Amino acid sequence: MTSRTIQGQKNLQKINQASKDGIGGSPLRPDGALKVRGEFAYSSDMWHEDMLWGTALRSPHPRANILGVDVSEALKVPGVYAVLTHEDIPGEKYYGLEIADQPALAIDKVRYHGEAIALVAADHPETARRAVKKIKVEYEVLTPITTEEQCLDPETHGYVHEPHEYKSHAYGNVCHEQKLVSGLGVTDEVRALADVIVSGEYEVGMQDQAFLGPESGLAVPAEDGGVDLYIATQWLHVDRQQMAPVLDLPLEKVRLTLAGVGGAFGGREDLSMQIHACLLALHTGKPVKIVYARDESFFGHVHRHPARMRYEHGATRDGKLVFADCRIVLDGGAYASASPAVVGNAASLGHGPYVIPNVRMHAIALYSNNPSCGAMRGFGAVQAAFGYESQMDRLAEALGMDPVELRQLNAVTQGDFMPTGQEIDAPAPVAELLQRVKDMPLPPPLDLEHPDVRTLPGALSNTSHGEGIVRGVGYSVGIKNVGFSEGFDDYSTARVRLEVIGGEPVAMVHTAMAEVGQGGVTVHAQIARTELGVEQVTIHPANTEVGSAGSTSASRQTYMTGGAVKLAAEAVRHELLERGRHRYGWTQTDLSLVGGKVVSASAGVLISMVDLLGDDAVEQTREHHHRPTVPFDKETGQGFGHVQYTFCANRAVVDVDVELGLVKVVELTAVQDVGKALNPLSVVGQIQGGCTQALGLAVMEEIVVKDGKVRNASFTDYLIPTILDTPPIPVQILELPDPNAPYGLRGVGEAPTVSATPSIVAAIRQATGKALTRIPVRPEHLTDTL
Amino acid sequence: MRVTFSANGKPVEADDVWEGESLLYVLRERVGLPGSKNACEQGECGSCTVYLDGVPVCSCLVAAGQVQGREVRTVEGLGGEDGELGLVQQAFVDAGAVQCGFCTPGLLVQTDALLASDPQPSDTDIREALSGNLCRCTGYEKIMDAVRLASARTCSAEVRK
Amino acid sequence: MEFLRPATWDEALAAKAEHPTALPISGGTDVMVEMNFDVHRPSAILDLNRITELAEWSGDGETVRLGAAVPYARIIEELSGPLPGLALAAHTVGSPQIRNRGSVGGNLGAASPAGDSHPALLAAGRDVFVEAESVRGSRLIPIDEFYLGVKRNGLEPDELIRAVRIPVADGPQQFSKIGTRNAMVIAVCAFGFALHPKDGTVGTGIGSAAPTPRRAVEAEEYLRGVLAERGLWESGELLGPEVVRRFGELVKAAASPIDDVRGTAAYRRHALAVMARRTLTWCWNDYRKQIRSAA
Repeated sequence: MTSRTIQGQKNLQKINQASKDGIGGSPLRPDGALKVRGEFAYSSDMWHEDMLWGTALRSPHPRANILGVDVSEALKVPGVYAVLTHEDIPGEKYYGLEIADQPALAIDKVRYHGEAIALVAADHPETARRAVKKIKVEYEVLTPITTEEQCLDPETHGYVHEPHEYKSHAYGNVCHEQKLVSGLGVTDEVRALADVIVSGEYEVGMQDQAFLGPESGLAVPAEDGGVDLYIATQWLHVDRQQMAPVLDLPLEKVRLTLAGVGGAFGGREDLSMQIHACLLALHTGKPVKIVYARDESFFGHVHRHPARMRYEHGATRDGKLVFADCRIVLDGGAYASASPAVVGNAASLGHGPYVIPNVRMHAIALYSNNPSCGAMRGFGAVQAAFGYESQMDRLAEALGMDPVELRQLNAVTQGDFMPTGQEIDAPAPVAELLQRVKDMPLPPPLDLEHPDVRTLPGALSNTSHGEGIVRGVGYSVGIKNVGFSEGFDDYSTARVRLEVIGGEPVAMVHTAMAEVGQGGVTVHAQIARTELGVEQVTIHPANTEVGSAGSTSASRQTYMTGGAVKLAAEAVRHELLERGRHRYGWTQTDLSLVGGKVVSASAGVLISMVDLLGDDAVEQTREHHHRPTVPFDKETGQGFGHVQYTFCANRAVVDVDVELGLVKVVELTAVQDVGKALNPLSVVGQIQGGCTQALGLAVMEEIVVKDGKVRNASFTDYLIPTILDTPPIPVQILELPDPNAPYGLRGVGEAPTVSATPSIVAAIRQATGKALTRIPVRPEHLTDTL
Repeated sequence: MRVTFSANGKPVEADDVWEGESLLYVLRERVGLPGSKNACEQGECGSCTVYLDGVPVCSCLVAAGQVQGREVRTVEGLGGEDGELGLVQQAFVDAGAVQCGFCTPGLLVQTDALLASDPQPSDTDIREALSGNLCRCTGYEKIMDAVRLASARTCSAEVRK
Repeated sequence: MEFLRPATWDEALAAKAEHPTALPISGGTDVMVEMNFDVHRPSAILDLNRITELAEWSGDGETVRLGAAVPYARIIEELSGPLPGLALAAHTVGSPQIRNRGSVGGNLGAASPAGDSHPALLAAGRDVFVEAESVRGSRLIPIDEFYLGVKRNGLEPDELIRAVRIPVADGPQQFSKIGTRNAMVIAVCAFGFALHPKDGTVGTGIGSAAPTPRRAVEAEEYLRGVLAERGLWESGELLGPEVVRRFGELVKAAASPIDDVRGTAAYRRHALAVMARRTLTWCWNDYRKQIRSAA
């Protein structure tokens, strides 16, 4: 090797240093500066000259026949421009995410408390509110169908939807059902193989996404008879697909642009005010803004399915699982929303990340007159994890085993098969995650001599100066699927353009991905930098001018749209290099784009990208499809149903005031395998945020519904964790690449929300000795005062 | 009614204000300052926090008529000169404390007030001071980092002086 | 709706006389929630922010005269010496931002059974008075006669609250409140307790566990008797577990809570007994230290 080549290689090393802001780095958010200046335009910040304010009349009853609606007095209110009912809908009257069973405005009956019946557009929100109060609705109030027993006995209690109106495989108030049998199922013979059997019934309350930015948007009627909607959503294209038939407009005349989204967590997967604002705008010919107040937000979106679950687990004396028998009943409420997918997840993941030779599972979602439930972070898997992880602790106790060791003994690993028959063909380091979480140092013990009251359960409320406080530690692990499952092809599209701007090569990335806070825009820019060797990347506003990006849900956007950006950027790179080969006759096969230059590994820098591009931009659009999946067999639950699995393990340390039943989570540790952390800062942020929503479900968050009526539609009574409720959350990330995924990455957002709740409940159990079969755990559960 | 007051050092006026309107609505819808956010409108989230005569308050709970002739400072007024980010704003971006960002404006004002009264708060002091500002995305850890970072930068800036 | 902005107290009284259904607003932390959520549409809003004297307090060593609009934050900062129970209660109100605006006057005006000030005011003794004023004149309403029902108080339609007169603490005072979260929470139930060594009485106040804030009269009487009969004020001996337990039971018995979305009646009763035992213990321990260090 000559000294010249050595020098050349050294130079090359310098040149080859990829941008520190490429993948694996943690560059700052491109929207960060706007957000801290208060200049980022959220959907509720939209403003248009002469705009009107829209609002809805909502039902005070969970179940009633509508005998008449009289809007005449409302129309007389000065400043009111329109009052609309279902009769004013030009097109289809029903819409839905998976099943079109929900009327855009109630027709003849209401099926849940808060269902929209009529709309008003007026010159001021107060005018609209006054007008709404003048709409007269005559109801025939019916007894709501709200409990599992009532739902499953329609002969006695009636139907939420008339069976002849079912648009799916629903039957008898069962919206969707999935069974699963693996191994020998659960028979007397199988039971006999187990030395120890534990069973339990568990309940999960109705959690709310409680994103901070309320549902809102601005609809602007267009000259072509169409409408432009500026909206906070999770999936622009599927919104449009549901809206256009109701508005009786072709798809291309319903144009959606993503406005700033103030959090989502599943709650924006369904439509809220989209159709309503457009109906009012098209009717009045004026821009219409709708912003939900917090109480209306609780009625305006779906929630996490409450669940009742029955589990039975059998194991040998040495702790090997023999069977699991599970029944999961999810209350889907009045309309289907995402219930079928939630059932699919519960059924296929509901036995946890464990090898269980014999499984029987039955999961259903009910139609009821309770609020509609659908997507929320980790759906289906969250509810089940509370069941199976509670069972693991019970089993460990019955066996006299360490709960972590029991889990490790039965943990799945790469090459194992799920009860669906699907092989886990990527790393599944469940036992290692548990080991790592267990090995992390424990927080110091509570200083009971000189406690800072603010750090105790009750904190500023001054309920304890150390009295009654017992510490507990709990562990859990969870499994979640990434991406849409069961045969759904949830592809993503990306358009990438490379051109010279201001003497520099600049990449532009255009997708319809809903940036809801997760940091997808940061990651897209990182991918473009890495693939195209540029520093400057601009993110085009997300809209329906480019193909669908699928939903910002199911932990899928970095995988799916990130993957699309990668494909499009690779195509741009390919075209650019082809141009160079054609123009300059390069014969090297080792070309790459680094630091704004075309570089050959063997021959060094060939040309700057600025010179190669000249005035001609290179642009490519690509779709990214994940590997195909298939629906689960309805009876056996067998099938290659999921794209990817993801796992997280947690340890919770809690202090419980056992006399008052108050809880303070002291520390919540998480270890998660993320395949490849494209942006470590964002990954850790996702895990910490996901853990905190799990904390909320464990100890405080529940929409209280009594006889179909929501009792706490406010932030005064629906409590989410404050900074004083949230402990330090140490996070370790593992990066074991998934060969099937772009860069080997694994979806991140949901796994911690699945896994963290049971660890907190386990810790409270350890501190109190209570069985705790319902979440959220309330002080009443801990003090026997229900 | 007409309401005139000072917003971020500049006189503003709003006409035809409905008597039940909040300061938050006037800021967002009438005087072009939508940075303060409308998350709960019942004083339970802190995302609308602004300074009123130098005191951080929930602007959703201040009646518009009450600010007549008074001084309001919002997130839009926290920037440095020449359009640079203010110290607290920069710390939130640098620490990864911003995800969806809806809670951010209120947190920035409240953090600014905290550090003005106590440049070196303990972790528990930070948690107490920010206990009226809900965040649904971050789990607060990066927000703690941001406040610690802002505190460190405030102190080192003072040392330099 | 009208928006009235009196510049002086006399103007405010005149405005209230002219518009008896006008809703006074000061910090706005209750009133504006009702406005924003369309709960209430009064004929007029009467803004008291311009009347600076309402945000002032004065003391003569015996009594604190607390202006109706002194924000909780200043009570915590400036009055935790003379009014320790109220300062502790103020610290549990809402959030820092709410404490910068909300005031005892507002709490009294709203008269919600969940108001955090009430248990502390009741515990401060029977010589707590609400200074109510109208164009007809001024009167002092004893705190025990102020709370009439759920969100109903003893004010006449033309009256405004000018101040509250609270005796300066002559012994330890405590306040505890239950919430299902560790900050920013409305009381599931709350308890205020005070020792009054000068006249040998004790004070209690129960919040969120009856239609109105109320004192636990039998518990007060029981403890007053025990302290006197056993000479405990002088000796500073330990109370013993039986006295503490009995006191807790009597506090529990004084409540008549309901089941609601924030908690069950059974839990409220249980928690009141625990809080009563704990606050009594804390206060008595402090008292014992005081007399020992005085000795």
